[in-house]
Amino acid sequence: MEPEVKIKAEKVNFFYGKAHALKDINLDIYANQVTALIGPSGCGKSTFIRLLNRMNDLIPGARMEGRITMDGQDIFAPRTDVVNLRRRVGMVFQKPNPFPKSIFENIAYGLKLGGVRDRAFIEQRVIESLKKAAIYDEIKDRLHEGALMLSGGQQQRLCIARCIAVDPKVILFDEPCASLDPISTRKIEELILELKKDYTIAIVTHNMQQAARVSDYTAFLYLGSQIEFGPTQKLFTVPKEKMTEDYLSGRFG
Amino acid sequence: MLEEKQMTQLKRILIENATLVEGMIAKSVKGLRDEDAHILRTVIEQDETKANDYEITIDELCVTTIARYQPNTKALRTILMALNISSGLERMADHAVTIAESGLYLIEHPIVKPLIDIPRMGEITISMLKDAITAFIDENPDLALKVCERDSSVDGLRNQIARELVSFMIEDPKTIERALQLSKIASNLERIADLATNIGEDVIYMVKGTVIKHHKDQV
Repeated sequence: MEPEVKIKAEKVNFFYGKAHALKDINLDIYANQVTALIGPSGCGKSTFIRLLNRMNDLIPGARMEGRITMDGQDIFAPRTDVVNLRRRVGMVFQKPNPFPKSIFENIAYGLKLGGVRDRAFIEQRVIESLKKAAIYDEIKDRLHEGALMLSGGQQQRLCIARCIAVDPKVILFDEPCASLDPISTRKIEELILELKKDYTIAIVTHNMQQAARVSDYTAFLYLGSQIEFGPTQKLFTVPKEKMTEDYLSGRFG
Repeated sequence: MLEEKQMTQLKRILIENATLVEGMIAKSVKGLRDEDAHILRTVIEQDETKANDYEITIDELCVTTIARYQPNTKALRTILMALNISSGLERMADHAVTIAESGLYLIEHPIVKPLIDIPRMGEITISMLKDAITAFIDENPDLALKVCERDSSVDGLRNQIARELVSFMIEDPKTIERALQLSKIASNLERIADLATNIGEDVIYMVKGTVIKHHKDQV
């Protein structure tokens, strides 16, 4: 049974000024599945996922063509509320970027910003989110200490908890383990597999083995074009395109 | 560990496959002994396809697990041995089919001699396969070694059967065709025991990383 499509990209083209960064991308991101985007540096994978919550809006001279829909609604329609979109489509970045506040405040921040005043609700949501991000047990006695005291791996899971707190439907990961050691990386990977039960996930990674381990679907991009897209299991064993095979075998990139 | 799920699944499918093959060997020997053509036909017509399907499923699972998780050390050895074991099981299934085919011929003809040694060979062979698979699942090299040690008793029985059949053939050439079929059955059982022994050797490599094949190491 084909899973439900959560986000659909149709003939997406993107330009940074004159540079044509994405060329005719057609990609389905399935609900409650992990979709990985792989490809060498500059292939457009980060550009693409940043479109999914409109993070590229403010780049001067940038322009998008085509259509991206989430649950059938055009996310670039003039009536789309961008703040609300980013609440539904959360993002975790390459380097953990907690606010210089306490652990508790980091998680509560998004809720307070959204106008939630009920302290009991906030506290409950903070604990829930930390638990979901598999970090609660490690830090439950230090909730009011500074978040910047945590290790890199813990900070990254804190950022995941912060993202979960505002109840997103989709979580985008942009190289989430790039600055982490192998043990923290493994924890994040296991967490991603856990999170897909509740969220739709897209992950950009340089590390193709990470894509192989955590994703259900993989898209291979090269110089802004989508070379191949399919179930990870197939793409990593019998890719259809010669170029995918060459990239996966380390012949370029 | 991310690949743990795949490893558990792999072991589960291998157990199912081994159970099927054990059943095929048991049925082919039982069908011959009890002159039950129906049971022999199920081995040929139904079980063999299932055994072939298992081999393909296991191959695919091993390949995708290697491609996705790059297993190292023991996990890698386990996957490589699982591939060996699955091809061994597939060949055992083929031997069981050959036994069933000979059985179908023999039960249509008068018996050459009472069947005593062949069922005994069948019993030992099946117990070897059972123990080899248990040793694989439990990662038990001692049990695996015991499987390897039993191989010579099966070889002995096969030689004894062959000698006996030669005497029948010399005495009465009309028995030659039937005797050859019986001899073929004994050879097939002996091959199955060899393949079970290979699984035992694989298990020892998987657990300890030691090669005992072709007497490489004295264990």
